[in-house]
Amino acid sequence: MRLPSIRRGPRRRTQDQADRGIVSAADWRRGRIRWAMRIIHGATLLFLLLVGLGPLLWMVKSSITPTQDTLRLPMALWPHGFDIGQLATAWSRTHIDRYLLNTIWIAAGSWLVQIVVATTGGYALSVLKPRFHRVLSGLVLATLFVPTLVLLVPLYLTVVNVPLLHLRLVDTFWAVWLPAGASAFNVVVIKRFFDNLPREIFDAARVDGAGPFQLFWRIVLPMSRPILGVVSVFAVIATWKDYLWPLLVLRNPNLQPLSVRLPTLQPTTDLGVFIAALTISSLIPIALFLIFQRFFLRGPGLSGALKG
Amino acid sequence: MSSYADGDVIPKASSRRVPRVRARLSRDGLSTVAFLVPLLVIFGLFSWFPIIRAFVMSVQDTNLVSEPTWVGLENFSRVLADPLFAIAVRNTAYFSFLALIIGFPIPIVLAVIMSEARRGKALMSALAYLPVVVPPVVSVLLWRFFFSASPTGVFNTFLGWVGLGPLPWLQTAASAMPSIVIEATWAGAGATVIIYLAALLSVPPELYDAAEVDGASIRQKIWHVTLPQLRGVLFVTLILQLIATAQLFTEPFLFTGGGPANSTMSILLLIYHYAFQNSLGGDYGMAAALSVMLAAFLGVFTAGYFWLTRSWSTSS
Repeated sequence: MRLPSIRRGPRRRTQDQADRGIVSAADWRRGRIRWAMRIIHGATLLFLLLVGLGPLLWMVKSSITPTQDTLRLPMALWPHGFDIGQLATAWSRTHIDRYLLNTIWIAAGSWLVQIVVATTGGYALSVLKPRFHRVLSGLVLATLFVPTLVLLVPLYLTVVNVPLLHLRLVDTFWAVWLPAGASAFNVVVIKRFFDNLPREIFDAARVDGAGPFQLFWRIVLPMSRPILGVVSVFAVIATWKDYLWPLLVLRNPNLQPLSVRLPTLQPTTDLGVFIAALTISSLIPIALFLIFQRFFLRGPGLSGALKG
Repeated sequence: MSSYADGDVIPKASSRRVPRVRARLSRDGLSTVAFLVPLLVIFGLFSWFPIIRAFVMSVQDTNLVSEPTWVGLENFSRVLADPLFAIAVRNTAYFSFLALIIGFPIPIVLAVIMSEARRGKALMSALAYLPVVVPPVVSVLLWRFFFSASPTGVFNTFLGWVGLGPLPWLQTAASAMPSIVIEATWAGAGATVIIYLAALLSVPPELYDAAEVDGASIRQKIWHVTLPQLRGVLFVTLILQLIATAQLFTEPFLFTGGGPANSTMSILLLIYHYAFQNSLGGDYGMAAALSVMLAAFLGVFTAGYFWLTRSWSTSS
């Protein structure tokens, strides 16, 4: 929902320039305040460790703890030893491997469709500028006003029977891939980035005989690697988190992603094995977050996009 | 090519349309059209068309067998007459209210404290954001164990250590919604903390210097400088949170299925029930009518959000 400006405005200070905050240098020199701040920060760090990391550590712990121990003493650390086998059971016998592969396929296809639509569309609207590019940009922007839930039912009927083409996309990955491309957020973010690329380079390329395709492929895309990276990571994580839409359009269990399968697996799965499955399901998004932390933690705007 | 077909959006499109279209084609070039095709096809089929269809469906009787028929506002009156509708609105409002009381102050306090830290700021923001990247389905299924009503449930074990409980958590109508709010706050607060941390960086340091000249204490600086400077951001996150909470679905769907006694039946859950869990076949008209009503209600907030952020980007 948020429209971030990817380039930092001249007004915003960076982390290192923030030479002072609420507490002044004079305050910091006073022993009482310094100690109070230390205690507050220590307590905050402890709180964040417990609340942010604690539940996930419990999940990892319980995925290698025998079910009976988790049920009877959920907070005890391995009263009767480990059961690493639960991870293997979840992987092979509960078929988490297949559902993980489905999730990866769905995420990869959604990513590709989103990138193709957003880069070609952003390029046309920002650089090529056909006659009515303003109207088109407005129409794309207008879809940001519409809450996703309004689309739930009509979009479902659309993938049941695609107008004009009369295709039935239900129970194919296309039903998730194609609607993912209609992300106004991506188009707007990428168009804004293209808007800020120096026009002199485009003119120079045109003088050298580059056509629109070469300009796009050789100049605009290579210059846009930073924004493409951000959009890609967010696209993959958002697909991973999606639940309601794949639940509606992928009724065949052999095609369903982890998020859709996990709730239906729970009643028939041993608790320890099930928590092991939850752990496996969270590994890739958490790894992506740890690798690309700066995308999430530095840009104030993009982080909001994941909530909707 | 479809852009040229629906020429209605272009003003002055008249009987001279055909030659004009040719002129446009030659000016814009086929390559421009080629670059626009993915956007036009995908947005046309999966965004613009369904948006219009939502409004059309809300005044039609639609099933997948026979042709849709015009029924006027009947879908709307049937939704309004449904006793579940009032319950769903009340529950969703209750969730938004609780999420605001619990979920709004926590990120502010955390961000203000974290922004003053001299060390470990990166670690603290990573820890705060970590729950946001965990898939919601995993969070909900995990928290179902935490909320286990037995005395050996995770939270009840904690309560047992201090001599309280056991609490029924998701099992009673009174405590189910507050339990869901706790999980939703855990899952969402980190994103808001990051927004506030960035906003705190843009508070001009001169304001603190000036406040100190006037002899302001730390508490006074927070109250009279920091919070007023964050006013705009706070308002925007408030709107975003209201929009997000109004679309509550995954948590009640997986935690409680709307129960116990409909105490966690949300508006989106009701839309889902109308359309996809009806044994007589989906009542798409009622689902569309309820979607349109909620969208109109949220549209006011969304418009306010855009108006606010737009006026910022032009003024700064």
